[in-house]
Amino acid sequence: MSDIIHQTAAQLSQALASKAVSAVEVAQAFIDRAEAVEARVKAFNSRDAEWTLAQAKASDERRAAGGAAGPLDGVPVALKDILAVKDQPLTCSSRMLENFVSPYDAHVTELLKAQGAVLWGRLNMDEFAMGSSTENSAFHTSSNPWNLDCVPGGSSGGSAACVAALEAPLSIGSDTGGSIRQPAAFCGVVGLKPTYGLVSRYGLAAFASSLDQIGPFARTVEDAALLLQAIAGHDRRDSTSYKTKLPDYRAALTEKEGPWTIGVPKECFAEGLDPEIKAAVEDAIAFYEKDGHTVKEVSLPMTEYAIPTYYILATAEASSNLARYDGIRYTHRSKNAKDAVDLYFKSRAEGFGPEVKRRIILGTYVLSSGYYDAYYLRAQKIRTLIREEFMQVFESVDTILTPTTPTPSFKRGEKADPLAMYLNDIYTINVNLAGLPGISVPCGFTSGKLPIGLQLIGKPFAEDELLAVAHRYEQAHEWKDAVAEL
Amino acid sequence: MEFTADIGLEVHVQLKTKSKMFTRAPYHYGAEPNTLTDPVVLALPGVLPVMNKEAVRKTVLLGLLCKCKIAERCKWDRKNYFYPDSPKNYQLSQYDQPICEGGEVEIEMLGASRNVMGEHRMVQLTRIHLEEDVGKLTHFANDSLVDYNRAGAPLCEIVTEPDMHNADEVFAFLTALRNNILAAGLSDCDMEKGQMRCDANISVRPKGQKELGVKVELKNMNTISGVRNAVAYEIKRQIHAVTSGEAIHQQTRRWDPSTQVTTKMRDKEESHDYRYFPEPDLMPVSIGKEQLKVLAKELPELPFDRQRRFMETLDLPYTLTSVLCPDKELADFFEEALEDTGGKVAPKAVANLIANDLLRELSGGEEEGRLPLSECKLAPAHIAELTLLVEDGVITKQIAQTIFTEMYATGKMPSTLVEEKGLQAHNDDGELESIVREVAADPKHEKAISQFKEGNTKAINSLIGPIMKATQGKADPRKIQEMLAKVLG
Repeated sequence: MSDIIHQTAAQLSQALASKAVSAVEVAQAFIDRAEAVEARVKAFNSRDAEWTLAQAKASDERRAAGGAAGPLDGVPVALKDILAVKDQPLTCSSRMLENFVSPYDAHVTELLKAQGAVLWGRLNMDEFAMGSSTENSAFHTSSNPWNLDCVPGGSSGGSAACVAALEAPLSIGSDTGGSIRQPAAFCGVVGLKPTYGLVSRYGLAAFASSLDQIGPFARTVEDAALLLQAIAGHDRRDSTSYKTKLPDYRAALTEKEGPWTIGVPKECFAEGLDPEIKAAVEDAIAFYEKDGHTVKEVSLPMTEYAIPTYYILATAEASSNLARYDGIRYTHRSKNAKDAVDLYFKSRAEGFGPEVKRRIILGTYVLSSGYYDAYYLRAQKIRTLIREEFMQVFESVDTILTPTTPTPSFKRGEKADPLAMYLNDIYTINVNLAGLPGISVPCGFTSGKLPIGLQLIGKPFAEDELLAVAHRYEQAHEWKDAVAEL
Repeated sequence: MEFTADIGLEVHVQLKTKSKMFTRAPYHYGAEPNTLTDPVVLALPGVLPVMNKEAVRKTVLLGLLCKCKIAERCKWDRKNYFYPDSPKNYQLSQYDQPICEGGEVEIEMLGASRNVMGEHRMVQLTRIHLEEDVGKLTHFANDSLVDYNRAGAPLCEIVTEPDMHNADEVFAFLTALRNNILAAGLSDCDMEKGQMRCDANISVRPKGQKELGVKVELKNMNTISGVRNAVAYEIKRQIHAVTSGEAIHQQTRRWDPSTQVTTKMRDKEESHDYRYFPEPDLMPVSIGKEQLKVLAKELPELPFDRQRRFMETLDLPYTLTSVLCPDKELADFFEEALEDTGGKVAPKAVANLIANDLLRELSGGEEEGRLPLSECKLAPAHIAELTLLVEDGVITKQIAQTIFTEMYATGKMPSTLVEEKGLQAHNDDGELESIVREVAADPKHEKAISQFKEGNTKAINSLIGPIMKATQGKADPRKIQEMLAKVLG
């Protein structure tokens, strides 16, 4: 079989099943592709080709014995360097964990292994998932395959770039405020943030526990459905994990046909939205109308408060979650410390990058006595209002449609002001605050040949319907066939 | 000037559970350092806590035992502080929604003497909450080692109001609390193994003054009598300081058991900012009314309630009940033995064998510390049978003593021992009469016999010994008396 890297995961799955191709051939093709383009894309923090080929070999043996473990058996999946994989590095793109090798598997990792997926490489990210451009990685900045001078987005920039650069058919990212959807939009791939609680967070190094969610990257909605099916489901080790019978996400793509009522929040077309993105999103709205669905203007006035609310809650949780990286047990330990207290100060000062420090300090501040009520408690209340506002809108619509980002990808180093960078998440952040599922699908290109993303937001645990709505759009457009030239 | 001391305690009790508070890693005492860990205990990147339901259940039981108000809903909070014994650098605890609020513990003060019941009163509790233990640091000259075995063990923190006023009350409180917890099987409360630890907040004020004095905290005491000594010392120290014109500073002090004094650890001028906030990785817990009803059925009778029952319905003296009742195992053993007698034996006779003979054997002559009842070869049935043998006149009380020692050593049933060794009481009147006549005929007793015949009834006591000897102790002394009277009369 030629041209392995251009195949979707669904196509590879079929080819593997019919034995038109072996898992080793598939793995080798992506390993070779990475060899060829990684110097330019830099999506990975580390690649372990030997380990990956060994898994592929095991997959072929399994299949030869007549026992494929599932549709993903033999399909390579690359993981963001924030998920624990036994005996593999887990760096979170931080000096703090530069030499840390995980002694255990995340729940998602276990599921993927059990289903025969061939795990491949550790993907670059913003340090501890804090950022919107992957420029906060302690190791190197990844590039946007569509324009190597531009950022792939963040924090799952490596996860988006590796799929866009055809270095893996599938990858896993994590999304705390848009960290899957925003890089998916920047890199012209599909990225899904599932409902909070649908995918176990056990083994995901925590940034903000109440917002973090693991999700798939793929080139098509169908592939995203395939990967979601593999990683969703209850896990007793995550108390926030939801007990539910999973729908067949892939079958839902064609079984669910609508017509749907699609809500478009009027706040989405406010100041700061790039005109080319606005036009592309309006085209998408027109498509749904023409396709027989109802488009309805809705209002989410609390959106205005989403960014400050997010940065209070997320940093508060992060300041506590990141306290374990202290130089005592398994992290970077300063060689210059005079005593125990100094060991904390120096190890953390040397181990964390500026953005992480900024957020820890902010989070420590908003939790400190005397400020808790004014910041944290108030933010919690606003969060409840945001969730209620969404649920109210969902009483009259099936799906909400917005742009994924206000602007397309930007040049590396272009946004030096952290506050300006925070605005990049304006359309994605309230989805995390409300715990809802959201997907970004490609919906065109700017005149500068940079991808544009369309965000669809679903009701809690209605990923089946959300994927169907996205699939409908995707199938009627050719964006999915566009490949970055490298 | 007279002073009043006000003492509040924070008691940490490690609950008896198979696994730690938020993970399935096991916990037990004495394992090699850092062997009872897992990714959760070590706070590796990505791990999440999962609540131990058994620990919550036991805390609710403790709350019910102490008549607390049990929260319908409680949540977990993070208490943030950096310390090497805390792997996450935050501790999961409960801040504003503890499982139990209020409540009280009945205590008994020392009586006028050992035979007299002391005054009983209630000590008020503020709250009981559940949290995880931290690790253990061992400091050397140039290094410190940390052992995370204990980290994550479930701890109940019982907080009292400043409701105690002297060291004896503190001692009585800790003893009563411990007995209650042991009775319910919630913890082993082994202080040597760190299963029960105590901090005390102590202040003094001139008698009559309403507001409390400046409080000093005594940290981490690990014996009940140590707490008593420390509290007594600290009260004296504070009164001495105040009367000699010194100010008491709010500070934390440590009790040194070897020198029997408290020394300053740190001044507590700035209070620590723990930055408490709700634990986002755990869902709040709801405890329903129905669940509470079910749990209430599991509660044991409290030791003091049992003591009152024994005194009132079994007519046992205070001294015996005060030995039996604080120890649930012992009191259960007694009740079972009593039941095995089928109501044929006076409760006091059964109680005496347990409180005196059994405990003497278990302690092996030592003042403190004794073998646990579970390791002894005797069952309640042994005691019951022994008392029945005496009651039925099969053996004498003297022989019963011999049998007790033998059956404690071998675990053989008393009836077996009686048969094996032919220890039946001497019930053949004819044989006894001939022995009595033989002894009475001995010329060396002539004087005593004549005195007896002159009306001095006590004079023949010197004959009883030789008669006993001749019957190998199997004759009932009363019967010997009767027989003597008959033979000589």
